[in-house]
Amino acid sequence: MDVAPRPPDRGALGRAPSALVPAVPFLWLAFFFLVPFAIVFKIALSEPATAQPPYRPVFDLSQGFEGLREAFSQLSFYNFTLLLEDSLYFSSFISSLRIAAVSTVLLLAIGFPIAYAMAKAPERWRPTLLMLVILPFWTSFLIRVYAWIGILKPEGLLSALLINLGLISEPLQIMNTDTAVFIGIVYSYLPFMVLPLYATLEKFDYTLLEAAEDLGCPPWRAFWRITVPLAMPGVLAGCLLCFIPVVGEFVIPDLLGGSETLMIGRTLWSEFFSNRDWPLASAVAVVLLVLLVGPIVAYRDIEARRWEKAQ
Amino acid sequence: MNRRFGFFDATALTLGFAFLYLPILILVVYSFNASRLVTVWGGFSTQWYASLLKNEQLLEAAWVSLRVAFLSAAAATVLGTLAALALVRYGRYPGRTLFTGMVYAPLVMPEVITGLSLLLLFVAVDFDRGFWTVVLAHTTFTMCFVTVVVQARLVDFDRSLEEAAMDLGCPPLKTFFTITLPLIAPSVLAGFLLAFTLSLDDLVIASFTSGPGATTLPMRIYSQVRLGVTPEINAVCTILVALVTVGVISASLATKRQAMAGR
Repeated sequence: MDVAPRPPDRGALGRAPSALVPAVPFLWLAFFFLVPFAIVFKIALSEPATAQPPYRPVFDLSQGFEGLREAFSQLSFYNFTLLLEDSLYFSSFISSLRIAAVSTVLLLAIGFPIAYAMAKAPERWRPTLLMLVILPFWTSFLIRVYAWIGILKPEGLLSALLINLGLISEPLQIMNTDTAVFIGIVYSYLPFMVLPLYATLEKFDYTLLEAAEDLGCPPWRAFWRITVPLAMPGVLAGCLLCFIPVVGEFVIPDLLGGSETLMIGRTLWSEFFSNRDWPLASAVAVVLLVLLVGPIVAYRDIEARRWEKAQ
Repeated sequence: MNRRFGFFDATALTLGFAFLYLPILILVVYSFNASRLVTVWGGFSTQWYASLLKNEQLLEAAWVSLRVAFLSAAAATVLGTLAALALVRYGRYPGRTLFTGMVYAPLVMPEVITGLSLLLLFVAVDFDRGFWTVVLAHTTFTMCFVTVVVQARLVDFDRSLEEAAMDLGCPPLKTFFTITLPLIAPSVLAGFLLAFTLSLDDLVIASFTSGPGATTLPMRIYSQVRLGVTPEINAVCTILVALVTVGVISASLATKRQAMAGR
């Protein structure tokens, strides 16, 4: 439905003091979300030092212009050259992107049939089904990852079950491998994939499929040419909602992955907590942010468009 | 309508929900296991729950987490509701693109980045790390979830009641508190509960922004989990799962009743 844009009508919050309504959350986010990024950039450009805090300050605003000039002459790209030279960081980034991409494809392949089935289920079931998907999302992330340790470890439940069934003779070696990481990611992020898919598929006009069928189009073809293109906004939202946080995931690779499972979130964590190299950790964060800025902007655009349509 | 729910759909739902629920179910069952071993069922026992009550470190961490979650969820609910109003009711204004970016980016931002950047902010402004820094950090990342939840309700909000109140001379602020807020209350409550559980659950951001004396429950659980699976941890997890389940179900029942009454 196309409606001419309404003039900003603030209803109950219509007059001058209402400027506070956007101002308060705006300033909060600016201070606690934007400013911190600026600081990360700044510290990524400083050199490590054995002090508290463990970096040499690069920027001293109280020094005025002199301080600014001083700061620019001291900027150091040392951390970024280190990231390029040491193959550990490079392979961490590549491996994170690979794991996130593979997991996203797996999530889509598993999440789509579930969301589609939910959308096709009788209307009175749907609120219950929706709640069943949302409930694990509310349950602690850490707990859900932890639950898999007991299942996947060599002396765990899965191995015991398969040995008792006579399917395998040796305990499974899944724990501390990439496979365990994939299982953990798919398990933890499945609701994030199913919910946006369901939101689009639920509103989907199923008479279109009927029309296609009446005109002699086989069902699988109707699915690919009608359902899939119309579900695209949900597919994109779901994929981005999973891909972006998975690239920086820490808990899953740390608890389920092995020592050879390189992921950038883990590298950043150990750089910060074990090596106490704050500038290098910041440089890792800057590169990660630069890699993800495109997907994040795309995600924001999808969401903003969806809301504008709804209004 | 051609929504044929076939055999394939029933299979997809059954397998999907089995996958989502079996691991948690196993965890709950094994928290009542008398044996310390994961694969051996040694009979029903509640001994691990009893030993939890004596684990002071864990109880203290749980108390810290509950206080952090309550304070940050309360602040996030106010800020998030204001942000939702700003997105839905204010049309276009300078900085809106930046604002939507700041609201949606934290939803997907990897936690290691949020955690590190907030920590560096606290160090830069020389704010001692501890309880309050975790509260501030959690308020910031959970308020965006509140915004999304409240926004969904505001978008299909019937404005005629507000207009009627104002036509009858009710001042805007009073209209907001007597008409608007009660009508969006279920979603504000849902936002609060979501913020509360997200805060209770967070490990990464809390680890970066916390200081001495403010160890949260996930931080404590994490350090014990690294040492292996134990029945005590299963018991803590079961209690948390039970709390969340009861909370979510009662919140959704409350919302449903309100929606029915509104019809």
